[in-house]
Amino acid sequence: MSSEALTSAEYIKHHLQNLTYGKLPDGTWGIAHSAEDAKAMGFWALNLDTFLMSLLLGAIIMFMFRRAAKSATAGTPNGLQNFCEWSIEFIDSSVRGSFSGKNNMLGPLALTIFFWVFSMNLMDLLPIDYTSLLMHQLGVPFFKVVPSTDPNATFGMAIGVFILVLYYSVKMKGLGGFVGELTLQPFGKWGMPVNLLLEGVNLIAKPISLALRLFGNMYAGEMIFILIALMGGAWAGMSVGNATLYGSQILLSLGWAIFHILIVTLQAFIFMTLTVVYLDMAHQEHH
Amino acid sequence: MNINATLLAQTIMFALFVWFCMKFVWTPIMNALDERRKQIADGLADAERAKHDLELAAKRSAEILREAKEKVGEIVANGEKRASEIIEAAKEQAKVEGERIIAGAKAEIDQEVFRAKEQLRTQVSSIALAGASKILAREIDAKAHNELLDKLVTEI
Repeated sequence: MSSEALTSAEYIKHHLQNLTYGKLPDGTWGIAHSAEDAKAMGFWALNLDTFLMSLLLGAIIMFMFRRAAKSATAGTPNGLQNFCEWSIEFIDSSVRGSFSGKNNMLGPLALTIFFWVFSMNLMDLLPIDYTSLLMHQLGVPFFKVVPSTDPNATFGMAIGVFILVLYYSVKMKGLGGFVGELTLQPFGKWGMPVNLLLEGVNLIAKPISLALRLFGNMYAGEMIFILIALMGGAWAGMSVGNATLYGSQILLSLGWAIFHILIVTLQAFIFMTLTVVYLDMAHQEHH
Repeated sequence: MNINATLLAQTIMFALFVWFCMKFVWTPIMNALDERRKQIADGLADAERAKHDLELAAKRSAEILREAKEKVGEIVANGEKRASEIIEAAKEQAKVEGERIIAGAKAEIDQEVFRAKEQLRTQVSSIALAGASKILAREIDAKAHNELLDKLVTEI
């Protein structure tokens, strides 16, 4: 707990609040100091924590890969280059495994998705109170350090993927082909409205499932970290009960964090693989 | 937890990262990987080829050795043949020479015999002439009887 005065509900709320920059109710621009303020800002507001953390993480990942790429030669690779080459080959082989067409963008796309999502998810393993306490000391009221627990981040990526799906669907099948795919199956041309409904749901479900799966997993994981942290937060003087709670927090955090390593990696991999699969479907004729 | 402009920012950021990754990360590393793959493949092919060459060279050297041995045998055989030929020829020549010498000697002997016979004949004729002139004790017209005498000489 960052402050003795907070109740459990306030503590949880505090941890789930983004650092939002936008137009305040009094007409000035600034950082929202409560969830209601943030809500009142409407669409034209920016979650600074999500934005800055994802930018920072993405930049670190790209910087690392760029360093390896700059020194990449056919000679004996050094440690970093080795790791990057291994990653790229891993991504490349899994892309080849599920993508049958030929598209030079898919490999870099999958690489970016995997490592970006992975690094964003990985922030979940930072002790939750340390980051918000540190930010508090710096005068920042809220800071959600895991960008993928913000639906803006996950939907942002999913929309990017969705645009690519639409683009390649039209590019590969032509506008007519794509529209035909949406309206002429599975029931032939007399069942057009039903077809459109079914296929439309099918299409829309792709980005939504992508975004919500990642968001849901990371949000739930974060939530459990917060709940575990509450156990030790109930500390009120030296007693057997308090000591037990404190000890269980440590053990449970450890257990959940270790389990979370799996989830972090798995979610990044799933996001990447589904992107590749969706794009593969966009490239294929279904007739 | 509201949907707001962060959404757009994230999409744009995503696009930029993908673009950067494609342009500055993926391509050079993939190129390096391909290059290395090619180098390794070339190296292996070279090694294979060298092995093959070595085998060929070994085969070839064995071949050359075998040929050389054959040739040496041939040369020795030729030499022996030639030596025996020379000996044979020398024998032949010696034989011919010997025969020639023998023939020359025979001819000379024949000539000697002939000359001795000739000499003997003339001497016999003069002796016969002297004897006859003595026996007849009369003058013989040498001129008239020369023909007769010559005939006598050829008859002896």
